[in-house]
Amino acid sequence: MRHLLDFQGWTRGQVENILDTARVMAEVLERPVKKVPALQGFTVATVFFEPSTRTRISFELAARRMSADVVSFATQASSLQKGESYKDTLLTLEAMGIDAYIIRADSAGVPHQAARWVKGVVVNGGDGRRAHPTQALLDTYTLLEALGTLEGRKIAIVGDILHSRVARSNVELLPLLGAEVWVAGPPTLLPQSLPGARLTPHLDEALAEADAVMVLRLQKERMEAGLIHLQDYIAHYQVTEERLSKAKPHALLLHPGPMNRDIELEGTLADSERSLVNRQVHNGVAVRMAVLYHLLVGREG
Amino acid sequence: MLLIKNVTLVDALGERGPADVLIGEGRILSLSGGEAERILDGKGLLLAPGFLDLHAHLREPGQEVKEDLASGLLAAVRGGYADVVSMPNTTPPVDTPEAVRALRKKAQALGLARLHPAAALTQGQEGKALTEAGLLKEAGAPLLTDDGRTNEDAGILAAGLLQASAFGLPVAVHAEDASLRRGGVMNDGPLADFLGLPGNPREAEAARIARDLEVLRYAVRRSPKRPHLHIQHLSTKRGLELVREAKRAGLPVTAEATPHHLTLTEEALRSFDPLFKVAPPLRTQEDIEALLEGLLEGTLDAIATDHAPHTQAEKEMDLLRAPFGIPSLEVAFPLLYTELHLKRGFPLKRLVELFTDGPRNILGLKPIHLEEGAEASLVLLDPKERPVEPRNFASKARFSPWAGWVLGGWPVLTLVEGRVVYQALE
Repeated sequence: MRHLLDFQGWTRGQVENILDTARVMAEVLERPVKKVPALQGFTVATVFFEPSTRTRISFELAARRMSADVVSFATQASSLQKGESYKDTLLTLEAMGIDAYIIRADSAGVPHQAARWVKGVVVNGGDGRRAHPTQALLDTYTLLEALGTLEGRKIAIVGDILHSRVARSNVELLPLLGAEVWVAGPPTLLPQSLPGARLTPHLDEALAEADAVMVLRLQKERMEAGLIHLQDYIAHYQVTEERLSKAKPHALLLHPGPMNRDIELEGTLADSERSLVNRQVHNGVAVRMAVLYHLLVGREG
Repeated sequence: MLLIKNVTLVDALGERGPADVLIGEGRILSLSGGEAERILDGKGLLLAPGFLDLHAHLREPGQEVKEDLASGLLAAVRGGYADVVSMPNTTPPVDTPEAVRALRKKAQALGLARLHPAAALTQGQEGKALTEAGLLKEAGAPLLTDDGRTNEDAGILAAGLLQASAFGLPVAVHAEDASLRRGGVMNDGPLADFLGLPGNPREAEAARIARDLEVLRYAVRRSPKRPHLHIQHLSTKRGLELVREAKRAGLPVTAEATPHHLTLTEEALRSFDPLFKVAPPLRTQEDIEALLEGLLEGTLDAIATDHAPHTQAEKEMDLLRAPFGIPSLEVAFPLLYTELHLKRGFPLKRLVELFTDGPRNILGLKPIHLEEGAEASLVLLDPKERPVEPRNFASKARFSPWAGWVLGGWPVLTLVEGRVVYQALE
């Protein structure tokens, strides 16, 4: 694969290769000196047209741990409308000799557009509602770490599915590894369909016998748009210890962060033994190292 | 005097010939030859009446960076158009008789296609207060429309239909319910869900057409003269069914379809290329099939381009921010000649009618048939195939969703009242 835009066209083997490399990278990160020369001489640019400190830091750490040079470009899409275009920004960076671009934008498709304009490698750092492939890879990595296999495992994704790139990427990726994916949310926040997932407006149906539950962040703008009433959401979709009794006994809990405690999930759950939230963040660096490594030097035939 | 020898004639009456068409004094003088200073060999070519586009955004005044009268009307004659209706959503909007006159005067001086500047239905296209229908008609406006925006206020639309009816002016509507389409940038449905793009549902068009037809019913009941509602760029199967039903019930409604809604589907958005971002959005094959049926049976009266030029930089923004619109004046006929007539057997006679008498009827203009004495606004078409090359467009929008498509039926000579306004003959 030349770029990581989404998982269209990816095979299980390619995904497993990346996850295998991520395990090697995770070992590197356990060493006292957490650095390898794998990407020495390469330059990675994080190009964020939408602000996101966590994702940017995770990518930058990943690149630096492999000795790449890192530059960051951050701006608001709104200021782009008046000034320089996405294309001009990227071509400017290209002229400086960038090898890989990590692109984040609030509109679906910007990394796809970028891949047509630049010669370097494009990694989707999250584009609108479309995709967040490294998040799905780190979720998968974390689930495999805890469950051993995803074959036949039931994973429930809960919340604002319609607007979620995390949901879309996980729905693309998890079934590739044999998981059964359910998505649940209020009808105003559900798509009409998502290939690879079962949809339901009933949380209990998604949670029943689930091996893991991925809770999504509920954004304030959904309430402001009048799409959902907060109290109604909390009453019917908040993931609680009680509701989790429908799931498998030690069902795991994931959240891509940042969390709204006591809105989409019962506040104390995030700190319980079920919670993999900190593992997700931790594994993010190793997974992103693996992605950069594969795209820049470890190209498969 | 110009003589086109051995040319096949095609108009709304059908295909005939070959004939030797003698043109002079702005008219067709003879179909059986005669003396002429210039003689063209029309063997293998088609001669048709000059086309009329009911719906082009020529962007003047105020948005000349996208298009202006000179580039837009040159694009028009290169596309075989003798007449063009320009949309009034300019900066400022064309909403006064003076603005209509100024555009006509400037266009006349260019000597390309004839310009018919549509005027706004409401002042500033704000949907609040009506413009001067009578004075606008006298200044040369062919129809009234707030296109570029939607008519959210049904009461103002009703008043506009009533007022325009006294002067025989059609009222053209961009029929989409703005509150239902919200921020939709492509057709709503499984593909939009999959791509993570906000969807604009087919029901937004159907709901608005249904409402507007009821508004028309009201205007018909209230007006001593026949109001005329024209539905622009109809894009859905359901919208078509509503117009069909209304026509059967005798309501004075007409409708147009665009080249892009007839040849492209939402699948194009898989590329995430804003080139394909247009309102109403590209739909599905099922909708295309319904539109083709509508064109054949007459539910759709005309093909109109909705030529909507933007700058390259604007169309290279992201899908949420790039402006809506596809430029098509220079490819509309070859595109449909190839994709509908050659590939799908759509009757040529009807296709030509949809570019000529169909739109002319909507404006109350006399039909042009290729007979002795007919107005010599004509287009000569070459069936020879060549690819679409946007970099050679006269339009300032030198990009196209059909770039590289190999098409036949290209205009090689366009005449307006006997005057050569475009030629690309060897």
